Amino acid sequence: MGSLQLKSIRKAFGGHEVLKGIDLEVKDGEFVIFVGPSGCGKSTLLRTIAGLEDATSGSVQIDGAEVGHVAPAKRGIAMVFQSYALYPHLTVKDNMGLGLKQAGAPKKEIDEKVAKAAGMLSLEPYLARRPAELSGGQRQRVAIGRAIVREPKLFLFDEPLSNLDAALRVNTRLEIARLHRSLKATMIYVTHDQVEAMTLADKIVVLNAGRVEQVGSPMELYNRPANVFVAGFIGSPQMNFIEGGRLGDAQAKTIGIRPEHIGLSRESGQWKGKVIHVEHLGADTIVYLDTEEVGTITVRLFGEHRYAEDDIVYATPVIGGMHRFDSDDRVINSGQ
Amino acid sequence: MSKARASFGRTAGVHVALIAYTLIALFPVFLTIANSFKSRNAIFREPLALPTPETFSLIGYQTVLKQGDFLGYFQNSTIVTVVSIALVLLFGAMAAFALSEYRFRGNALMGLYLALGIMIPIRLGTVAILQGMVATGLVNTLTALILVYTAQGLPLAVFILSEFMRTVSDDLKNAGRIDGLSEYAIFFRLVLPLVRPAMATVAVFTMIPIWKDLWFPLILAPAETTKTVTLGSQIFIGQFVTNWNAVLSALSLAIFPVLILYVIFSRQLIRGITAGAVK
Repeated sequence: MGSLQLKSIRKAFGGHEVLKGIDLEVKDGEFVIFVGPSGCGKSTLLRTIAGLEDATSGSVQIDGAEVGHVAPAKRGIAMVFQSYALYPHLTVKDNMGLGLKQAGAPKKEIDEKVAKAAGMLSLEPYLARRPAELSGGQRQRVAIGRAIVREPKLFLFDEPLSNLDAALRVNTRLEIARLHRSLKATMIYVTHDQVEAMTLADKIVVLNAGRVEQVGSPMELYNRPANVFVAGFIGSPQMNFIEGGRLGDAQAKTIGIRPEHIGLSRESGQWKGKVIHVEHLGADTIVYLDTEEVGTITVRLFGEHRYAEDDIVYATPVIGGMHRFDSDDRVINSGQ
Repeated sequence: MSKARASFGRTAGVHVALIAYTLIALFPVFLTIANSFKSRNAIFREPLALPTPETFSLIGYQTVLKQGDFLGYFQNSTIVTVVSIALVLLFGAMAAFALSEYRFRGNALMGLYLALGIMIPIRLGTVAILQGMVATGLVNTLTALILVYTAQGLPLAVFILSEFMRTVSDDLKNAGRIDGLSEYAIFFRLVLPLVRPAMATVAVFTMIPIWKDLWFPLILAPAETTKTVTLGSQIFIGQFVTNWNAVLSALSLAIFPVLILYVIFSRQLIRGITAGAVK
């Protein structure tokens, strides 16, 4: 009931081009996440889909119908904003029902839909309150409820969790994932947080400087990044990048190895190095090494390890963990 | 708590300064009201004394109410002030919304143009305004005054309100658009309630100069039926003899309507002034 097609979307503000030709297809029921650094155009793209911004050129199709000149309210979308954007003078119930009321739905139908959405989000005790009397997490649930009530073809989320604290963020993330399963609706979600992207998405769209860098499932992006940008953006701590020449690889300009794909040993290994810093996270230990062969690298070990600063250790890359990139930063033969 | 106690001297100093300022500011008002209840001789013999049973006199008020149609003057002043404020707020807020909300060519230039009136006094255009009013047959009507005062109040209103409207969240307006609210509904139902403190500020700043203005009523509407309070009181001030009882009584009476309007707006006003400081 909700597919989306973008064809060479361009958007310029004055002379500055923010979106430089975006093509994308979203199938019915998919959870698609736009991810990228700030200023990459992901929010602008979402606003263009919503109709809050007009694309300078290109076409937006929802369910196969061109919506370029259709008002936001008539596109069959609902949007959840980072700042919640609840109407301060309306109660929770009226906030959730306003869209239907504007569309002229009968009062009984509005009440039913609001009650159903409130039930899904356990908001029943708060229906008579105003947004100012709610906590941040409750407000964001109301904002999500307001989107559900509209029964849209497309749900649009604009960094919905950014204003919440860490614990609430995890809870609300689970709630959104559960919602996607139960509603089976098409959702498009913008975030700069790669954890949200990896955990929620069916399909991640990595954007950089107004262009799509790669589209794929979370594991595709992790295992087979198409270029240096995606390789560096997905995964935490960031992938190690080593000049190809240092490893005697004439073909590859850059070689990337994820920190978790390097093993450490005190006795022997491929690269000898000195520990410069260790971070103990409990489940992981992150070791920063200064090596002669490949410069400074990060190694992520699972579990607790007793390495300390100035220890001499040997690092060995896991077989198949290398990503080779050519002089245009594109992958040559990922994973060897 | 300990910090507050430690700065007791400072707090006391601040209070002394504020009380002194209040006394200085209220003194002329006090003098006006006190003397309006005294006989003519008492006003001149002891201008600073309170009315006593011997010097108490309502002669000023009797003169004011007998001579001329003072109730009518009050009505004129009130109509002109209230309608002007309403128009300034409505048009000022609409212009401010357009300037802060929509991207269009010449937006900044238009904002500057609309704010220009803050820097150029409208009285410079008096002759042209008078000619215009004569040509349109609006001389000696309240409409003439309302038009002039609306024009006079708009620049400041647009300037203050557009700054405030920029602070209203874009997400909120966009949420309204997605929920199918028209631009007018977004303006009236979402944005205006949120800038209410700023509206009150503008209302007070607009109201006071209009209420006390003598210039335009004297030039554009000096007829008996359209006189404002300020102009009406002038009949007691002569070149050679001034009826101080009447003047003081008229001024005392003139304070009250504007005081009532001020009280209505003041709660909002204080929030408006402190809003920027606290955030």
